[in-house]
Amino acid sequence: MQLYLPNSAFLGNIESFISKLEFGNDDQLTISMNPKWVSVHPIVLSATAALALECRNKNIPIHIGNATPTSLPYFVRMGLYEFLGQTQPLEIQTHEESGRFIPLRQITSSDQLSEFIRDMIPLLHASPENADPIKYVVSELIRNVIEHAHSTVGAIICAQYFKKTKRISIGVADRGIGIANSIRVSHTASDDIAAINLALRPGITGTTARIGGTEYNAGAGLFFTRNIAKASQNFFFIHSGSGYFKQLTKISPVPAGQLELFSDPFSDPCTVRKNVANWNGTLVGIDIAAEGGADFTQLLDEIRTAYSTDVKSRKKQKYKKPRFA
Amino acid sequence: MITINLYEQVGSFAENKDKARDIRVKQINPALCDGKEVQLDFMNITLATQSFIHALISDLIRNHGIDVLDKIIFKNCSDAVITLINVVCDYMQDGIVSDE
Repeated sequence: MQLYLPNSAFLGNIESFISKLEFGNDDQLTISMNPKWVSVHPIVLSATAALALECRNKNIPIHIGNATPTSLPYFVRMGLYEFLGQTQPLEIQTHEESGRFIPLRQITSSDQLSEFIRDMIPLLHASPENADPIKYVVSELIRNVIEHAHSTVGAIICAQYFKKTKRISIGVADRGIGIANSIRVSHTASDDIAAINLALRPGITGTTARIGGTEYNAGAGLFFTRNIAKASQNFFFIHSGSGYFKQLTKISPVPAGQLELFSDPFSDPCTVRKNVANWNGTLVGIDIAAEGGADFTQLLDEIRTAYSTDVKSRKKQKYKKPRFA
Repeated sequence: MITINLYEQVGSFAENKDKARDIRVKQINPALCDGKEVQLDFMNITLATQSFIHALISDLIRNHGIDVLDKIIFKNCSDAVITLINVVCDYMQDGIVSDE
């Protein structure tokens, strides 16, 4: 297996990372990197850490190239070398994490997730209106892993705040059964891309084919998540098995209340790729506005409308309403 | 009527589905089965996830029917929480209509 950390790999050019992944030989994991500078999205670090942790659990040796790019201290601070099981290649001065990044973390249980969210938000120094979508996305993404992925390493997450572009980037990786195997329990999906499409639609869950889901799952988490990214004009990326979907950004902002949400994720501007490196499990990368994002309550209302439009039967039915006090 | 203070059990961000299920199974459902009304107090809860609300109430609607909403009062909800409760109530009623 080979994994290469390129000069640049963010969601816009994530192909520079994905295209260099090789999983043919599982006797050894070789990690190499650009010798001068490596600047990557958190999903790249989460993927690297998840794969390395799985290899260590299986006693598969990990070989790391000798390159020492200038950005090496960043990997040390993000905790990558702990996941690699290697001595960090240099001593660094520890800086205050607050407001800049969330180091790599392994999460395997519901209580660990709650604790992580509680610890994470103060680090980001985000205002409540900007912290809400971040908390929401992190909760939904990691709960998906805990409940559906059967991951050998749980969920691996890290995040980075980019001051210049005023965005938070989050990456969540697992080494589990992948979306296709999960969704096929209750639905028909011809390949990984078809499974990803289903998983991103409202009301589709692998746990049942029934509208409304089970007592525990409704199949709404990824629909909400990708539209939170869309509302803030940012990328959403999901790779599972041998396919990936990348929701693209819009150049011009959409006025509040005029956001058009589609139940079919492929109706949005996107890149869809088949037959790429076969990742056992799922990778999700998302960028969210850290400042001045859309009103979250209004966004939830728009998502609700889109969800309802898609899921409702065409029967005219008068619904009973919940009572609020 | 019984009142369930959710903040004391789940904190200001209601996202732990395991806790939601516990509250439903151990507190809400027994009260409903005893014929009591249930007031779910969201005071100090600033945000929930749809998944949390789903785990909290969806099975009540499925098992008791749509009329169970006449016996539950959602109190002190933020705008975001109101929206999420409405999402779940809408699609659960869709599901019940479809099942029938």
